[in-house]
Amino acid sequence: MALLSVRDVTLRFGGIVALDGVSFDVEEGQISGLIGPNGAGKTTAFNVITRLYKPDSGAVELDGASLLKVSPHVIIRKGIARTFQNIQLFRTMSVLENVLIGAHTLGRKVSEDEAFRVLDVVGLRERAYFPAAALPYGIQKRVELARALVSKPRLLLLDEPAGGLNHEEVGELGTFIRKLRDDFELTVLLVEHHMNLVMSISDHVNVLSFGRKIADGSPEQVQADPAVIEAYLGTDDAAPPPASPEQAGPAAQEPAADEPPSEERA
Amino acid sequence: MTPREKRIAGFVAFGALVVAVAVFPAFVSDFKAREWAYVGIYLIALLGLNMLTGYTGQISLGHGAFMAIGGYTTAILMAGNEQFGGPISGGMKDIYTLPLAGLVAGAVGLAFGLPALRLSGLYLALATFAVAVAMPSTARRFAEWTGGGQGIQLSGLPELTGGSVEDVDILGLSLSPNRWLYYLSWSIALVAYAVAWLVLRGRTGRAFRAVRDSETAAISSGVSLARYKTLAFGISAAFAGVAGGLFALGTASVSPDVFPITLSIFLLVGVVVGGLGGLSGLVFGAIVITFLPLWAQGQDLGSLLPQGIVEETQKPGGSSIVFGVVLILLMFVLPNGVSGLFRRAGQAIAKRRYARSE
Ligand SMILES: Nc1ncnc2c1ncn2[C@@H]1O[C@H](COP(=O)(O)OP(=O)(O)O)[C@@H](O)[C@H]1O
Ligand SMILES: [Mg+2]
Repeated sequence: MALLSVRDVTLRFGGIVALDGVSFDVEEGQISGLIGPNGAGKTTAFNVITRLYKPDSGAVELDGASLLKVSPHVIIRKGIARTFQNIQLFRTMSVLENVLIGAHTLGRKVSEDEAFRVLDVVGLRERAYFPAAALPYGIQKRVELARALVSKPRLLLLDEPAGGLNHEEVGELGTFIRKLRDDFELTVLLVEHHMNLVMSISDHVNVLSFGRKIADGSPEQVQADPAVIEAYLGTDDAAPPPASPEQAGPAAQEPAADEPPSEERA
Repeated sequence: MTPREKRIAGFVAFGALVVAVAVFPAFVSDFKAREWAYVGIYLIALLGLNMLTGYTGQISLGHGAFMAIGGYTTAILMAGNEQFGGPISGGMKDIYTLPLAGLVAGAVGLAFGLPALRLSGLYLALATFAVAVAMPSTARRFAEWTGGGQGIQLSGLPELTGGSVEDVDILGLSLSPNRWLYYLSWSIALVAYAVAWLVLRGRTGRAFRAVRDSETAAISSGVSLARYKTLAFGISAAFAGVAGGLFALGTASVSPDVFPITLSIFLLVGVVVGGLGGLSGLVFGAIVITFLPLWAQGQDLGSLLPQGIVEETQKPGGSSIVFGVVLILLMFVLPNGVSGLFRRAGQAIAKRRYARSE
């Protein structure tokens, strides 16, 4: 059975159908990509899974148990942690305090040691007492990641973790996410515009466009799918994914990721 | 600053405050000591409101009402309300009523916090202000409990320590009523300061600030907004209730006029001037809201302001104009309040360290 199962989820905002009967599974231990042009509904899907949004219809299950009855603040206790496309740090707090909030559900005693442990993992121990808001953008993303990791999640949702990184850093991030998956025994659902990154580390990829799932499969299958190529060509905010893995060299990139992600909607 | 340095700085600041409070009356007149007792009383209320507005980010323009609830609780427990046809016979010694004043106000605060969960920003400000506005007429309406517009007199009651005219003998000292009020208020204020510090320094305080900084990230980190917002409302109302009880002892009476609508506004001003979020600046905030209105009454601003406005300030109630002008100036000079000044110094130190460690 899949760890996470999204079934026929529909969510409308007024006239906009942000998610239109979307279904996909995330298998335990895998890195699962979720891609699609801007406004496709990826962040909305994250918000539904973490219960920030309530879908109009459909089901979301973790290990076969419905998440829709779970209060949003209890989601993390179920083992789901996330990062945000537009950084949501606690801006008046230090790096350490941010991570300690991530450990809120772990109770009092263990949390400080745990926080330092994950700060080591993301390489921010030296910055523990630094005000989080004063750090560069890319480092703030690492604080968010540490905050998500400290709760020891089973499922980690990453919303455009490569935003604001340069090419070299994006490459390192791919290796890092894999290592996290192995070391923390995670399942990862990854939303990302950097096709190289998604295609090189994902075991499985789901593609959304205008709120519908238009394809899913291995990275190779998805990149060869005419519907996917069509969806990316039909918009000008992101280049199409490379048609084959061979073409997925460092030169293949897309412009959307270079602009700083601004708002939750695209 | 590291937590260790912060803790040390906190202890030093608190120790200095304790010493200053203890010796201060030796240097001022008996009457001045009474004014400074009110600084302590306001400080208690500000410590509570700061937890709600400063730390948790929930604005309240109604905390004067929670003070009133505390004040009436104290007065009713001391004097009873049988004389108005109410059910309570009174007779409780003044200082014993104060914890109950806190409990009653805290319970009302918790109850109010629940519906307030659905409100934020301006709407919460309006809803809490509505409570402040409704308070005087509510007190008049339930006259058999509150004595209506006349209120409840405490002066001369045996339950009021010293009856507010005789010297008070305590711990081998003989204190004038004014000094007694001073030491009572400040002892409780210092305890309140320590309690606030303990609540805010750990997991609870962090959760409060998480709610203020990003509700979205707080929820996703497992912080229940409902729990922490109502908790903040409850604790802050309890602090206001204790302050209100002391206020009643200070004025030796309660009535709708003792807790006017402006009290709520003053409290919010005190928290803003003190600097939303820190504790140390609140002492300054309490000083400002105690003395600025008094000082403003006696000011001739002829050389500073246009003649028309000066005439306005000389009319009854005109001192609030002076009060307002000075407040606006303060906001310009200290946009983040007095604690903000301390915080900026702390951040400058942190930045230098970051630069060095690069
Ligand atoms: N809170 C919201 N209110 C109204 N519309 C929203 C909201 N969140 C998302 N949307 C809309 O839903 C669609 C999907 O947005 P989003 O999930 O952010 O896309 P993506 O993350 O794939 O770029 C967009 O049309 C967006 O404008
Ligand atoms: Mg998005």
